[in-house]
Amino acid sequence: MKPMGHTRFLALATVATLVLAACSGGPGSGTPGPSAQAELGDAEAELNLIIWAGYAERGEIDPNFDWVTPFEEDTGCKVNATPMTDSNNGVSLMQSGEYDGGSFSGDATNRLMAGGIVAPVNTELIPNYANIFEGLKLKSHNSLDGVPYGVPHGRGPNLLMYNTEVVTETPTSWDPVWEGGSEFEGKISIYDSSIYIADAALHLMTTQADLGITNPYQLNDEQFAAAIALLEAQKANGATYWGTFSDQVASYAAGDVVVGTSWQFQVNLMQAEDAPIAGVLPDEGSTGWSDTWMIAKEAKNPDCMYLWMNHMASAEANGQATVWFGEAPTSQAACDFAETLSPGHCELTHATDEAYYDKIWYWSTPQADCADTDDATTCKDQDDWVQAWTTIRGA
Amino acid sequence: MIEPRAIRILLRIASSAVLVFLYLPLVILTIYAFNPSRLQVWPPTGFTLYWFGEAANNPAVITAVANSLFVATVATSIALVLGTLASLAVQRYDFFGRQTISFFLVLPIALPGVVTGIALRTSFVTFGIEFGLFTIIVGHATFCVVIAYNNVIARLRRLPRSPEEASADLGGNAFTTFRRVTLPGMGTALLSGALLAFALSFDEIIVTNFTAGAGTQTIPIWILSAIQRPTELPVVNVVALVLILLSVIPVWLATRISSGVEGARL
Amino acid sequence: MTDEGLSGTPREPFPTPPAGGQEPVIASPRRGLAHRISTWAYPRRRIQLGALLAAPLGWLVIAYLGALFILLLNAFWEKDAFTGQVEPFAWSLDAFVELFSNDVYRTIAIRTIGMAVLVTLTDALLAFPIAYYMARVASPRTRGLLVIAVLTPLWAAYLVKVYAWRTILQGNGFAEWLLGPLGFESTGLTEISYTWLVLSYLWLPYMILPIYAGLERIPRSLLEASSDLGGRPLATFRRVILPLVFPAFVAGSIFTFSLTLGDYITPDLVSDAKFIGNVIYDNSSLGNLPLAAAYSLLPILIMTIYLLVARRLGAFDSL
Repeated sequence: MKPMGHTRFLALATVATLVLAACSGGPGSGTPGPSAQAELGDAEAELNLIIWAGYAERGEIDPNFDWVTPFEEDTGCKVNATPMTDSNNGVSLMQSGEYDGGSFSGDATNRLMAGGIVAPVNTELIPNYANIFEGLKLKSHNSLDGVPYGVPHGRGPNLLMYNTEVVTETPTSWDPVWEGGSEFEGKISIYDSSIYIADAALHLMTTQADLGITNPYQLNDEQFAAAIALLEAQKANGATYWGTFSDQVASYAAGDVVVGTSWQFQVNLMQAEDAPIAGVLPDEGSTGWSDTWMIAKEAKNPDCMYLWMNHMASAEANGQATVWFGEAPTSQAACDFAETLSPGHCELTHATDEAYYDKIWYWSTPQADCADTDDATTCKDQDDWVQAWTTIRGA
Repeated sequence: MIEPRAIRILLRIASSAVLVFLYLPLVILTIYAFNPSRLQVWPPTGFTLYWFGEAANNPAVITAVANSLFVATVATSIALVLGTLASLAVQRYDFFGRQTISFFLVLPIALPGVVTGIALRTSFVTFGIEFGLFTIIVGHATFCVVIAYNNVIARLRRLPRSPEEASADLGGNAFTTFRRVTLPGMGTALLSGALLAFALSFDEIIVTNFTAGAGTQTIPIWILSAIQRPTELPVVNVVALVLILLSVIPVWLATRISSGVEGARL
Repeated sequence: MTDEGLSGTPREPFPTPPAGGQEPVIASPRRGLAHRISTWAYPRRRIQLGALLAAPLGWLVIAYLGALFILLLNAFWEKDAFTGQVEPFAWSLDAFVELFSNDVYRTIAIRTIGMAVLVTLTDALLAFPIAYYMARVASPRTRGLLVIAVLTPLWAAYLVKVYAWRTILQGNGFAEWLLGPLGFESTGLTEISYTWLVLSYLWLPYMILPIYAGLERIPRSLLEASSDLGGRPLATFRRVILPLVFPAFVAGSIFTFSLTLGDYITPDLVSDAKFIGNVIYDNSSLGNLPLAAAYSLLPILIMTIYLLVARRLGAFDSL
């Protein structure tokens, strides 16, 4: 029984992988698209979610905000929530097949739907779905061919977060993080994700209108190059990059950064600790996100996932979650509940104001065909964006 | 002592400086285990034992510690068995590829953890193996084998063969000889190898991050997830502090064992 | 060993057990299964070897080399640009084209290798005095305590140590408080020099211990002979100690070099710079597995060469 020769091993391995490849097939291999679950079975024992940090609280930071423990007690599904750093990370985690679903933004949902990683939802199994604002249902980021693929959850803009003691006048534009930010050299905090290129493009829509950018996520070569140049200038000005909200909070608290891009969540957290921090939506608008709970096609605990999606569409859970994170609730009932936790929350987040959200560019996936009907246009795709971001960050 | 006195004083100063360097972060972490504020900014704002209570009542911590102990024990056992078998083969037999084996055994610990991690993860996903304690153990055992191997082979080189020959002469078969002569001779080498492998597995984060999966947490994984949540950072410091204090015992044990042998040599 | 009893008379072939029910000192030949296997295998050395090696090699080949092989296969497969999914057996060199056409990957590689060398040298310099003190100057009791003192930080969780350094190095942190009067000002957690500092800190025990073991192995007689022959301490150090401790240094350097080469957590936490480990990790978690796999070839190649050189230099005996 000599040890296996190297060549023999290689042969065996190749055969093994061939067999596996033949058996697994792929989403693009001609198999029909995933279909929604027909009925609700008995709840399984656990639920594995991918979430944005802050989307599954169990009262550890503030005992008043806990929508996970009541769910676990009601259904017996133990929730394991894994936070993602950005949408690219979320998509990759879903591809591993270990998770039952998660809360995804528009720049992840398209890829998940196209890749057959998520399944459509059977809204009849989700009683609370009916109450959700019509303006959130069946949008391009949460549906495919008129079939709903998820349960909407909160939306909001990316904000300019600043230290009120250093930036004494409320900023009205994004200038402080771009050209006007030379006075803040080395103290600028930027989201570490390729999707941030869209923010550069958004800024160019006002400062270099002749570039003709109509959609900050679909950029042709010239527009893209201009956005990258802007980002490189920003980096040369000493921008620092945050991947997790706690890192950003720590650097604001230490005074290492005074201005940057963030979410209402961090603003809320720091104001709760009486830090001199505020957030503002500049006049030219901003990028933002509209999140959806989606279920994995290969979910191991699909019934728990359906119960969760229904739970998160309920007034109490959605109200708590959206007040906690600082985003807009998804139904009138949730709005009313949110009012009890934080009066004026619905108005503050413009939950029913569709005109407001016209100024917000939801995160979307860059596509080579520019996601439009014009065949002649070609744009930089997701790969180009990630590679460009790697180059900026790695240089 | 042949070193001149001036050199010895310099060495003493240098060693103290290095020790201060080694312990500075540990002192900081101790301070912050008692710090009331959730944000770890300097200077500390006070003194409290609150976080100790939080840590003791945190079910995730307890589960993570239990998982870590289980994984380390199983991985170390596997590593001991495999390492001993390999070292017996390499030390006692002469064959083609002898050098290559020690090379391949070092590879898992010498290649960066991130490479080992994604290689294992990709393979698990490809073959549809479910992530959990089993996958973590596979990763840990793989790079702990070389630790057992190194310790055992170093001992085997020094073990005299005559007791084993005597045992055979007296009628003992190979298994009996191994069990009653070789194994006790290797005893302390196995123990020190086991302690080192256990330590490595207990603190491993990089490979474990890839092989753990969604629902399983060892202590380093728990720390990774908790350290990113503002409320948990002080609890993390508490857990780390307690682990350091508890670890002094096995470390002391390991040094006693190995020093017993070293002391016999000049 | 002659087959005579204590009384000088030839021993009986099958001694009766001594009174009192004790187990016989000499095992009587049993015909059990274990014994039969052992006897059968005795002359068949190759089968013995095979039996010993089957488990460890099998494990290594299947669990480790097999996993590496599958990873490297992914480097040659195509990835869908939109969904990010890898198509098995869709052979393509896209990942390698990307790696070679974009300068940033070369920059990152050089930066990482440079940092690895720097950290290794720093750790060697920091480790030597204390290792020497422990090995040759300290009393046995102090030595024991020092070994424990050096080993204990290894038990402190990696992440916690790095976060403690963040507290020290960040703006208005401990370092600024302590060294402010000397003109030190923190520029936030963005300096690559902080990565150098923290990595040198983290791997220092891995360098101290092999050097200590190596120094300890040098027989005192050798050093005494050197001074007898007229060598002053510096000469003894340079011509006797250094060459003898060099393999131990190389052994320790395997750890410091490879741990730095692949680390992605520390650069992320105390600086903004990207290293090889970051590229691999980011791409594996951002859904570009072929690129991550292709880039992994670099540290694999570097460490394989490093190990081969290290073995030549005798480091494997000092691990």
